[in-house]
Amino acid sequence: MVPFLDRLQKGDILLGDGALGTMLFQRGLKSGQCPEKMNLDSPEILREVAKLYIDAGSDIVSTNTFGGSPLKLAVYNLEDKCKEINKSGVKAVRDSIRDKAYLAASLGPCGKLLRPYGEAEPELVSRGYEKQISPLLEEGIDVIYFETFTDINEAVLGIKTAKSIAPEIPVCATMTFDKTSRGFFTIMGTAIEQACIELAEAGADVVGSNCGNGIENMVLIAEQFKKYSTLPILIQSNAGLPEIKNGVLKYNESPIFMTERIRELLALGINIIGGCCGTGPNHISCFRKEIDNFIK
Amino acid sequence: MEVITQILESLQNGKPDKVSQLTKQAIDDGIDLKTILDQGLIAGMSVVGQKFKEHEIFLPDVLLAAKAMYAGMEVLKPLMIENDISSIGKIVIGTVHGDLHDIGKNLVGIMLRGAGFDVIDLGSNVPADKFIDKAIETNADMIGLSALLTTTMPVMRDVLDLAKEKGILGKIKIIIGGAPLSADYAAEIGAHAYCFDGINAVECAKRLIEAK
Repeated sequence: MVPFLDRLQKGDILLGDGALGTMLFQRGLKSGQCPEKMNLDSPEILREVAKLYIDAGSDIVSTNTFGGSPLKLAVYNLEDKCKEINKSGVKAVRDSIRDKAYLAASLGPCGKLLRPYGEAEPELVSRGYEKQISPLLEEGIDVIYFETFTDINEAVLGIKTAKSIAPEIPVCATMTFDKTSRGFFTIMGTAIEQACIELAEAGADVVGSNCGNGIENMVLIAEQFKKYSTLPILIQSNAGLPEIKNGVLKYNESPIFMTERIRELLALGINIIGGCCGTGPNHISCFRKEIDNFIK
Repeated sequence: MEVITQILESLQNGKPDKVSQLTKQAIDDGIDLKTILDQGLIAGMSVVGQKFKEHEIFLPDVLLAAKAMYAGMEVLKPLMIENDISSIGKIVIGTVHGDLHDIGKNLVGIMLRGAGFDVIDLGSNVPADKFIDKAIETNADMIGLSALLTTTMPVMRDVLDLAKEKGILGKIKIIIGGAPLSADYAAEIGAHAYCFDGINAVECAKRLIEAK
């Protein structure tokens, strides 16, 4: 495959995949269970989801390893399975996508606040990332996705750790912002401009935002990233914010609704577009058509 | 009172050692314990809460201010017990079973402590019966339930049902909070209030305590 960063440098627009969590809940994941354990217990489900996304047209498919850090797995007493969980997460996706798409290893925050705000030692968190990235690397990945970060210090720690043990793997770092009367900030108070500066300084190859917002806010967030970022930009929007109606969980932004606004992301020059919570293969196939039309 | 103003400022600036030292000084100066608590610590956290609500400051500043407040409370607590000064109410809080998210719940805990409540935090992934048992054991006035995942919201209904079953629902008030929740959901499950943020949780809790 053409190296990932070369595609971006050429000006290609890449399509990511949609949500994984919501897909797994539809396929038997129970509340309170460790989602990453499905890599060991039911890899066929992960293969199926990866296949659905590649068939829908994704250029990048991500792994079920978001909570695969030993610190997160420890909550379920699964930290000694860290290596297998991460390796099998990669294998399941690779089995379905082969070399038809880029395999992105998803890594999320460790779930604890770093000192001085919380008790987590940065050194421990960094080693946690190492313990996760090593098996991912061994199994063979094309991209690293640090996703859904709200703490800039933790994101920087993750990026630096990745770059020190896997310098050849491109790193995408996306953060989750809330809309406030004073602009977009993460819950830890990081503004988009600050995120652009610090993520780039840490060594990220691509920056952006995922989760927390439906497509309309994401377009506003994308505008800010375009203003402040010198690097390619990745945007993965939720299908709106979830609502419970008559006991049923619904994400309200339909593929059509989202796709109309994807046009705005394309017009802005966003480099990688994907979906987060509530999106699925239908969203992705609509985005695929829109991107293909735009490229023409 | 100069020292009270200094406590207020040092708390907002997140300086636990300074707040601890100033609280001791205030006591030595003969200032009334309740005054130190209300006009120093609680007033300080109230300013922090307001600034947080208006997005002038963010979670890190609140967390540091909380540490400073707790440092002051540590100095006051034994004297308050000695002098029979009780908290304005006791609340058991936690994130419900199946859910590990705790930042919102922690913030609510900070705001409630900052407003003078005695808060028993059960942590996250807490089963329904643990909330009820703890509330009964500690003679709590309230239970506060947090959930961020829509899939774990139904556990809140279990807590309400269990409270009804044990006959404590009227005596113990139950408030809920979390991104996917709403006043409608609170009404649906029989909770006494839905709180949309930490400051609102304090308002709801105070209102429910006063109504008792």
